Amino acid sequence: MATFSSRVSRIMSGSGSSDKAGLWPYIFVTPTIAFMLVLTFMPVLFQVWMSFTDFSLSNLRMDPEKFMAFINPPKNVGLENYRGILAADQAVIKIAGFYFWRTLFFNLWWAVSSVFTTTVAGIVIAVLLNAEGLWFKKFYRVLFILPMTMPSIVVNTVWRNMFDRENGAINLALMSIGGVFGFSPETFQIDWLGSVSAPLAWLFPELSIAGQPILFPMPTTYFAMLISNFWRGWPWVVVVATAALQSIPKELYEAAAMDGASGVRKFFNITLPLLKPAVVPAAILSFSWTFNLLDISYFLTQGQPFYQTEILVSVLYRLVNEQRLYGVGAAFSMIIFVVSIILFIITNRMLKATEAADV
Amino acid sequence: MFKSTKDPNAMKMREQLITQVILLLIAFSVIFPILYVFGMSVNPDPRRPTQLVIFPSTPTLASYSAVLDRPTANPATFWQLAFNSTLLSAGVAGASLFISVFAAYAFSRFRFAGREFLMILVIALRLIPGVAILVPLFVLFNGLRINNTLYVATTAALALACFAFTLSWFISRYRDNEAGTGAILTLVVGLFVAVMMAQTAYANYGKTDEFNLRTSLLGVGIAMLSGSLPFAVWNLKGYLDTVPKELEEAARIDGASFNQTFFRIVLPLAAPVLAITFFLSFMGNWAEFYISWMFLTEPETYTLSMTLWNIVGQYAANIPWNRFAAYSMVMAFPVAVVYMLFQKQIVGGLTLGGVKG
Repeated sequence: MATFSSRVSRIMSGSGSSDKAGLWPYIFVTPTIAFMLVLTFMPVLFQVWMSFTDFSLSNLRMDPEKFMAFINPPKNVGLENYRGILAADQAVIKIAGFYFWRTLFFNLWWAVSSVFTTTVAGIVIAVLLNAEGLWFKKFYRVLFILPMTMPSIVVNTVWRNMFDRENGAINLALMSIGGVFGFSPETFQIDWLGSVSAPLAWLFPELSIAGQPILFPMPTTYFAMLISNFWRGWPWVVVVATAALQSIPKELYEAAAMDGASGVRKFFNITLPLLKPAVVPAAILSFSWTFNLLDISYFLTQGQPFYQTEILVSVLYRLVNEQRLYGVGAAFSMIIFVVSIILFIITNRMLKATEAADV
Repeated sequence: MFKSTKDPNAMKMREQLITQVILLLIAFSVIFPILYVFGMSVNPDPRRPTQLVIFPSTPTLASYSAVLDRPTANPATFWQLAFNSTLLSAGVAGASLFISVFAAYAFSRFRFAGREFLMILVIALRLIPGVAILVPLFVLFNGLRINNTLYVATTAALALACFAFTLSWFISRYRDNEAGTGAILTLVVGLFVAVMMAQTAYANYGKTDEFNLRTSLLGVGIAMLSGSLPFAVWNLKGYLDTVPKELEEAARIDGASFNQTFFRIVLPLAAPVLAITFFLSFMGNWAEFYISWMFLTEPETYTLSMTLWNIVGQYAANIPWNRFAAYSMVMAFPVAVVYMLFQKQIVGGLTLGGVKG
């Protein structure tokens, strides 16, 4: 249809629609690009310069007489900031217990595991909700959207309250459930947000670089993070998966039922493969989003215990907003750029691979 | 293997019951934190009970009235905080929509040289975490200072000009009997911008310090725009791709110019799309925390999220939990209601643009 009418228009006007537009597309693009140049590219260039200096609080003042000139310009320190960050030099980064590779690996592990849990749960719940003849379907659909509508800061401060060691809702609930099975209340005095103990240690691989552990059994706090992210995260997967489920033709299931396929086989042989084109891109997007999700690390755990649950962006925010080390912060931002670009290339490859597999 | 039931896919009773139990458990896990916070918000005691009680025996709305009056010791009323948050999120959403709709249209409809490159640029910007660009914005905005009187005069003049221009434009449209939905929408947006400017002028009137972009809501808004713009371009482009082209092509055959096609055909057709994108960016910015927390220093410019974090405190003991809960409810409620009302449209938008609320 579209090609037909565009052919008509080409015949009628004697030229293609894009030719007729002439310079207009460029004029339309200009405001956006201009704003991006001023608000993003120029600041990034400035940040590159800053990352080679020891810019700090004392350098902030600018000369009111001149345009953009510092009264007390910062010293050039070359690659010192980058070296200090990567080597965890306390003289540069001034965050006790910081180790770059550990934070990076924790960040990756955290993003992968939280996307995995929300995606699996989201798919299962979407399939359950999609069953034909299910009662109260509309009610569940509306209710399950609710977590998505809550502002992240509210969700995470509420979970922080509920995870409190004393009189927190989670511990109280565990106590009353545990009481039924004869556990003493002391069993559930769990210090969710501060304990160094690592439950389920066998689940996690261990790996060290130069004597510093970079992969380690996750502390209790990590599970608190995972739960908070899970509560707010799975409904989105349900939304994405439901849209894809509703486009699967019913005849496929009917044919499978005639062939005597069980529900489990139908799920793995029909539902999952047809969900893949929608869910895999969503999961990849969710990964890059969770990777830089400052909220949970900042509002819920504050990096406890001992900065183990800190992620890259939360270290950066601490560096800038608490330590006021703008030069080091700029270098840290540049490192985050590089990590983001590498992750983008990898995820893009994965996306292309899944697309190719579908064809 | 033929079955005699009418619908081979219909659930059996046993399956139905098992699924219902599972879904009820999930529903409980969804609703539990919300109920718990609600129960806490009507608790007369600021401490939490030592037993798990969802609803206190002597409920009171006292913490709601306390929070709506003055949430913290800061001299900022709740309505001022709500106004600041609304101003920021609506202003940023409106501005990014206004700027990006043109680019989104060009990207969606025309294959011009350099299109691919510019689109990759936009995607690349979406990937940069907002925090990673805060350092230079902080330093640069901190350096931008002008005389306060000059600033107040400029914003007041801009407010007046915007007001006069929007009104006269709308009246001329109205006289020509062309005041459709688009014109009314433009009127509303124009008046909103004028009110925003006037408020800025009023808020800064009579101050002795020089105006600093960094500590102003305007500066925070501009910094937020940097993150919001690529999102708006991408989302709008995705939407416009789904709007059929036939009408535009017909208009062009009838001799409409590029501009006419855009303003008379595309924009009215895309009105729902614009509304959803506006709401999604409004939602995304409604609880913005990091930029405002880092930039703003004066209590009268504080936002809702900043105050929530002030109530909880980073390391504070003796948090008034009932007030915290009441404040959380009040902050989450309006957005949740709008979300629920327009659920169908928004959910469609979420799957299309690929956004996480």
